[in-house]
Amino acid sequence: MRQSHRLNNIGLINRDKVITFNFNGKLYQGYEGDTLASALLANGVHLVGRSFKYHRPRGFIGAGVDEPNAKLQVTINGHSEPNINATEIELVDGLSATSQNCWPSVEFDIGAINNFLKRFFPAGFYYKTFMWPKSFWYKVYEPFIRKAAGLGVASLERDKERYEHKFEYCDLLVTGSGPSGLASAYAAAKNGAKVILAEDKPRYGGTLLTDDVSIDNMSGKDWSEKIISELKTMPNVTLKNRSQVFGYYDHNMMVMFERVGDHLSNKSKYTPRQRLWYIRAKETILSTGSIERPIVFGNNDTPGVVLSSAAKEYMKVYGVLVGRKPIIFTNNDSAYETAFEFKKNNVEPIILDTREEHDSEIVQEAKNKGIQIKFSYGVIVANGYKKVKSAKIGKLTKDKKSFESTETINCDCICVSGFWTPTVHLASQSGNKLKFDEKIDAFIPDKSKQNEKTIGAANGSFTLQETIKSGFKTGSELSSKITDKNNENKIPTVTETKYSVHDKFWCMPLPKNENPKRFVDFQNDVAVSDIEIALREGYRSIEHVKRYTTLGMATDQGRTSNLNGLQMVSNIENKIVPEVGHTTFRPPFTPITIGTIVGREVGMEFMPTRKTPMHEWHEKNNAVFVDAGAWKRPRYYKQGNETLLEASKREAKNVRENVGICDVTTLGKIDIKGPDAAEFLNRVYTNAWLKLPVGKARYGVMLREDGMIMDDGTTTRISENHYHMTTTTAQAANVLSHLEYYLQIVWPELNVNVVSTTEQWAGAAIAGPKSRDMLSKLFPDLDVSNEALPFMGYIESNLFGVPARIFRISFSGELAYEVNVESNYGLFMWEKMMEIGKEFNNQPYGTEALSTLRIEMGHVAGPELDGRTIPQDVSLDGLVSKKKDFIGKNSLGKEAFTLENRQKIVGLVPTDRKSSIPEGSHLVENEKAKLPNLKLGHVSSSCWSVENNNPFSLAIVNDGKNMIGKKLFAVSPLKNTSIEVEIISSHYVDPEGKRVRS
Amino acid sequence: MLHINCPFCGLRAQKEFAYGGDATVKRPEINKEVSKEEWDNFVYMRKSPRGKHIELWHHISGCRQWFKVQRDTATHEIFKTAKMSEEIV
Ligand SMILES: [Zn+2]
Repeated sequence: MRQSHRLNNIGLINRDKVITFNFNGKLYQGYEGDTLASALLANGVHLVGRSFKYHRPRGFIGAGVDEPNAKLQVTINGHSEPNINATEIELVDGLSATSQNCWPSVEFDIGAINNFLKRFFPAGFYYKTFMWPKSFWYKVYEPFIRKAAGLGVASLERDKERYEHKFEYCDLLVTGSGPSGLASAYAAAKNGAKVILAEDKPRYGGTLLTDDVSIDNMSGKDWSEKIISELKTMPNVTLKNRSQVFGYYDHNMMVMFERVGDHLSNKSKYTPRQRLWYIRAKETILSTGSIERPIVFGNNDTPGVVLSSAAKEYMKVYGVLVGRKPIIFTNNDSAYETAFEFKKNNVEPIILDTREEHDSEIVQEAKNKGIQIKFSYGVIVANGYKKVKSAKIGKLTKDKKSFESTETINCDCICVSGFWTPTVHLASQSGNKLKFDEKIDAFIPDKSKQNEKTIGAANGSFTLQETIKSGFKTGSELSSKITDKNNENKIPTVTETKYSVHDKFWCMPLPKNENPKRFVDFQNDVAVSDIEIALREGYRSIEHVKRYTTLGMATDQGRTSNLNGLQMVSNIENKIVPEVGHTTFRPPFTPITIGTIVGREVGMEFMPTRKTPMHEWHEKNNAVFVDAGAWKRPRYYKQGNETLLEASKREAKNVRENVGICDVTTLGKIDIKGPDAAEFLNRVYTNAWLKLPVGKARYGVMLREDGMIMDDGTTTRISENHYHMTTTTAQAANVLSHLEYYLQIVWPELNVNVVSTTEQWAGAAIAGPKSRDMLSKLFPDLDVSNEALPFMGYIESNLFGVPARIFRISFSGELAYEVNVESNYGLFMWEKMMEIGKEFNNQPYGTEALSTLRIEMGHVAGPELDGRTIPQDVSLDGLVSKKKDFIGKNSLGKEAFTLENRQKIVGLVPTDRKSSIPEGSHLVENEKAKLPNLKLGHVSSSCWSVENNNPFSLAIVNDGKNMIGKKLFAVSPLKNTSIEVEIISSHYVDPEGKRVRS
Repeated sequence: MLHINCPFCGLRAQKEFAYGGDATVKRPEINKEVSKEEWDNFVYMRKSPRGKHIELWHHISGCRQWFKVQRDTATHEIFKTAKMSEEIV
């Protein structure tokens, strides 16, 4: 296969390795070292996509991050990804790419009819068209926009690739390895600083790879290779190519996107595809260079119109000709080098220079080379639909508003240069307010906001001499601040062509009665006429113009369009650009993959899994687990083909009739010690704690300062100055922070220490009428009688030699105990309980049975203590002391909290005694009332009462006290149910609480 | 992401800390009569200044100490951090 536009003797690609790839169903060949863009251009392919709004044919404009058009759907190793920039992705074996935003094909795209309807797609089109009628939004407008506006298609498959995160600290981060980046990294490294040098392209050197310069009698490329090879030997330097620093955040935190494996055809299973670096740098040098500005003219989006710098890069780096009959259209000297490069490769260019007859070093050189130059000339309109075929050019009048003459010349590409725009995105993200430099008609960084310094072309300095000098100087200064070393550098001697002034001219006028589109923002299809409309309709702020026209938005972030847009606004408004200002630059500078952001935190690695010491036993015994925060808890132990409901009924029933054990290790446990511990608890809980004797537990409720319940649990006095607090599983971490807050900030005078012991103790609850019998077998030497170990009693003992804590507390409402042993003995304890419990028909029970037991007893838990209830709402007002002060007490006196008809906890049973009531159902009087149907309360917890063998729920209802006996409807629009319910007491079983005391 | 100087542990990433609100709010003394207005001010009323502000941070994934941070709420610049027992002036 012949690569029609490949040059033979130039470029940095590896011609020994041919790579075959697929584009829009056709096979092509390129070389290792190509980008997808350079390989396509080598095959003469310019047309790669259709534009966003008008579906106009689009080709390559740039050769790197500057590319706004060539976003392709790319498949490698079976993984498909949208919006890949063809100018940045390297060619690998098996790569397959397709154009986006076109149907049925990029060559024939039905959406292109939009181009002929373009008077219907002006600025503000989305705002104006899709406003009404409202009913059209869901079925007509949204699907239309989604289909038409999408760039690529996200894969529905799970991403099988591996992504990683890395955290790094360094003295100096240098972003960009052009001349200023290399010089500063080198100087800093010589001073012993820990340096990271980041380059987004595969090859280091930046413009040194393409500019015709010499440094210390070496070519730019050779010099950069020499510096890089020396840096590679230094242990204090990290060199990262294929790495884009895309975000500058607070406190000198930079985020970098590294393409680790994208370019490898055979990478190992553990080589990540991409890596995200969080880099905290003491100092940062922004040497991000500059991007060439286009000049705006008619149909300037036709494939074949490229930036002149890109045309040069395609020749010098990739050995690819973007055309054989080029027009160089420029307002400055730098594009002449592109003309020279064409000439060197036996292609005859013609230069159109908007400046009047001009004489500079480089113009003279062009004349000497016999290159045709037309001054005061520009391209008016590119002709050709899918590829440039000719151009209508014109000689500008003195005021540059019309033409003295026009003519049409043949060409197959137009290389355009509107001078240079410093890449100031990172500086702006750092908080640096930019300033307008009139010399270069662009914004450059002003005073540093963070520890950042911008140098080289990014700072508006466009001569190599200046750039290299400032690189060495800045690198040396910043690093010696940190390392205290001051290595003397010999600044190399530089030869380069001196550039003369550019023409302040960026938009070609149109001849009378001609109206081709002149695009400012290619990616968003924003034309000069759109900006004119926005201004005509009264938008003045540049931020408003941006949003109304979409200028400078999306993945492109205005890289090529920003300044031309501003220039346009300022021309129309008769303002100067700095008065218009610029829009905000936002991270990421270039698009990054979602996979990289997520990193390794997927699937099981999404968050840590906490397992109790008995977890393996649960697994072996058919436990079905449920997530409780990070914990895995057995929800039920499945026997045969049991359903969740059947299993939980069996387990709960067995607790009520015999005895069951439940793994309660996950409950939060806090060890509290110190002479003021009793006083502290007395302030934290709503009830009285000063007189709790050693060896006794007490149930307590703690509030937030606003009076809402924060958490509940039992706390046991282990010894005089030592307490053991339990919290709910969910609130464990918050309660500890809460206690620390009061001890460290509010009452530092209290001599108390708190520490979490959740993971130090394994816990098992033994509940049911036979629990005492079982306990006596577990602790044969211990008196476990009701007198020796009464309700809320506490004893320390040993379980077959293992120290154990025994609490007589109950969550199930049955006679119950909780045994704690050191975590390592958790499994031992559990297995002993299973073994000894056999004769009492002991069965393990999970969280579902646990909930059933507590709900039918009317015990509150998380669903009732949801941060919106005060003690009396959940009938815990008996625990609120009137005598002493405590956290949140003052709030309880609030008017709304003391209203007679305040919400209150109640019980619910369905009148049919059959239908389960979905949790979250709303309670209403009339199920058929028109919306909004007045809500009287909500269902907080539901279960199947094993005691009464029918559904039972807890609910929080307005004026709950007076609602007992009434009938309401529990409606759940989510489950599409409406159930008539009867309101009863929340204590459905054993309302006197006899069992726990038996 | 902020870089916060814990007075006990040194410079650490923001990930390790939890924000704790305005450090200049004083809780009314316990066991003392407090007016409704004073109490409501304490519970609900917070200033939201633009600029220098002293706030609480909790080193939850570190030493578990609460401490004070003087930070610019607009620029995120941190001027000073201090133990609870120390004053920031
Ligand atoms: Zn700390």
